[in-house]
Amino acid sequence: MIGPAMERANEPPFTRQHLLGIEGLSAEEIAYLLDLADGFVELNRKSDKKLQLLRGLTQINLFFEPSTRTQTSFELAGKRLGADVVNMNVSRSSVVKGETLIDTAMTLNAMHPDVLVVRHHESGAVALLARHVRCAVVNAGDGAHEHPTQALLDALTIRRRKGRIAGLTVAICGDILHSRVARSNILLLRTMGAKVRVVAPPTLLPAAVESLGVEAVTDMQRGLEDADIVMMLRLQSERMQGSLVPSVREYFHFFGLTHEKLRAAKPDAMIMHPGPMNRGVEIDGVVADDINRSAILDQVEMGVAVRMAVLDALTRRLRTAA
Amino acid sequence: MSRPVLVVNARLLDPASGLDRRGGLLVVGGRIAELGPQVTVALAPPGTEVVDARGLCLAPGLVDLRAGFGEPGAEHKERFESGCMAAVAGGVTSLALLPDTAPPIDDPAMVEFVARRARQVKLAKVYPQAAVTRGLQGAELAELGLLKAAGAVAFTDGFKAVADARVMRRALAYASMFDGLLVQHPEEPRLAEGGVMNEGAVASRLGLPGIPAAAEVIMVERDLRLLELAGGRLHFAHVSTAAAVAAIRAAKARGLPVTCDVTPHHLLLTEAEVEGYRTFAKVSPPLRGEADRAAVVEGLVDGTIDAIASDHCPQDQDSKRLPFAQAAFGVIGLQTLLPAALALVHEGRIGLLELLRRLTVAPAAILGIEAGRLAKGAPADFVLFDPDARWTVTEKSLFSLAKNTPFEGRTFRGKVVRTFVDGRTVYEAET
Repeated sequence: MIGPAMERANEPPFTRQHLLGIEGLSAEEIAYLLDLADGFVELNRKSDKKLQLLRGLTQINLFFEPSTRTQTSFELAGKRLGADVVNMNVSRSSVVKGETLIDTAMTLNAMHPDVLVVRHHESGAVALLARHVRCAVVNAGDGAHEHPTQALLDALTIRRRKGRIAGLTVAICGDILHSRVARSNILLLRTMGAKVRVVAPPTLLPAAVESLGVEAVTDMQRGLEDADIVMMLRLQSERMQGSLVPSVREYFHFFGLTHEKLRAAKPDAMIMHPGPMNRGVEIDGVVADDINRSAILDQVEMGVAVRMAVLDALTRRLRTAA
Repeated sequence: MSRPVLVVNARLLDPASGLDRRGGLLVVGGRIAELGPQVTVALAPPGTEVVDARGLCLAPGLVDLRAGFGEPGAEHKERFESGCMAAVAGGVTSLALLPDTAPPIDDPAMVEFVARRARQVKLAKVYPQAAVTRGLQGAELAELGLLKAAGAVAFTDGFKAVADARVMRRALAYASMFDGLLVQHPEEPRLAEGGVMNEGAVASRLGLPGIPAAAEVIMVERDLRLLELAGGRLHFAHVSTAAAVAAIRAAKARGLPVTCDVTPHHLLLTEAEVEGYRTFAKVSPPLRGEADRAAVVEGLVDGTIDAIASDHCPQDQDSKRLPFAQAAFGVIGLQTLLPAALALVHEGRIGLLELLRRLTVAPAAILGIEAGRLAKGAPADFVLFDPDARWTVTEKSLFSLAKNTPFEGRTFRGKVVRTFVDGRTVYEAET
């Protein structure tokens, strides 16, 4: 069977062993993964979605932090490529019982997986684990550090809707401080030539945020001015009870995305959200459901395709060796 | 007592007297009997061990203001045997031990325990520092007077700042009664809470919670005010920021009885070491940016910073092979103290005698101990070192049980060749 990946066999392959972050990826590598994913989008819309590219390979989804959507997306991606996919959820309590991350890595290594998809609540934990296993590792989110497949799926969504990434103005709004989605998106969008603004109260901005190559704005109206893309981030409720933000209603008043605030952006500005949404906290439900503006469900669809592309690219080395 | 020792053909370096010339040194009965250019083999009493230094530097043994072992409570991290061996291999002949053990050194019996263990091991001289507050809890004063009488050379809550201003005021005032020295870990704990590295661009990119540089100077400035209010004697450990150096410089100019130290890692390394989530670069206070690093070097050179201390903090592999935020703070540093500090001499930032002053007589004066000098009648604690010999730091080359050095793989110029305590050879490098 001719898969999208096979058609592109002549292109320079993505030769990395792991995908631990967007940091360090070149524009060519990113474009290559997005091109690959484009092909999988078409496949996923057919009734027969099954390929055999990863047949015989084992993929373990190792989640130290629960995430139904990301895990499901990776599981579907692996299965559609023909891999055997196993989900392993490691609760924090069993980590507290004494098994360290490296113990877990060694244990899994002995089971000979080919791909490990790892989500962990600590920054740098996925890279640490990758140093102790032989297989390919995909970072499915580490602490406040990176979430590369989210940035790739956002980029694919933008590219398919807007036809390009370079030259666009993207406003990323919300809890930048704790957001791995923001960091990966900033890195990717900057690499691809977009202009990035981050919009948040100062208590939710990282120190020296301008050093990431973005403009920081604390006024939502000004932050959205002439934006092509408005990317909203989730704000966790425990951060809105007086520690970083006084209250939910105050946050919504100043930073919640409404049609009124959106008027500052370009008329065709697209709205994105990595999910799950807090309606009435960072985004008005009416805006989220506006099918002319909101790309939120597109993002979910692109997520599966992008993860298929990543799995395909990372395992190519194994498949040619076999 | 050991037999007499005569070292000839050495470059004698004594910062206290400004001595820097070729000569010899005679030890009788564990003390320096004679030193200078006139000391030759002819002077040796019968049975003397004669050591030809072949032009090596001979300096007072180093005095380390701040080192921690794991005894009692964490013997797998460092014991007196391994810690003192690392010390003498680094030319350190006296060290002031931190009280954050389990149980902590907050009771006269614990002070005596330290003294007894040091006597048994008989390598470096170990001076206990005692807790400021009971159980290092920051609330109630420990028995400062009795602890001092038992032999404590200073009071500190170790890696924890004395956070409560009222407790700090009272500790300063109370200890002033017997000229007790208070040593503060200058960090505003609420500002630093949850932070794991220096706040700034690197932390933001790595997605790690930061500790702002201001957390240090806020505590320094508060304590300087308390010192003026309460009296006493105050020492700030491991100063790491430009702002804190400036505040202490101004306080010294006003005549306040304040001193401070810096670690070799804050002199030589920056937050860039954390790249790749290297947990061996996780220390408290955190490694800072280049401007702060340059400022502490400047502070050391101009004398604002009185001493260099290792802040030796052994951690086992299980405490460090973790995601960065979960890993323990601390690096070892006894054995690399002198070689690391010598880097500043090789860079031309400071003269050799001035550097040695900050490693010997200056810290000895802060602690009020008889150490850090080459003088007739002084204890024969000294080190022979080659300022130019190169050696590479490897796990194997370290005597500490713990191997958490931020300098692994680094080649230092400067090597300890032989260390003497009370005239006994306690370390001799393999050649």
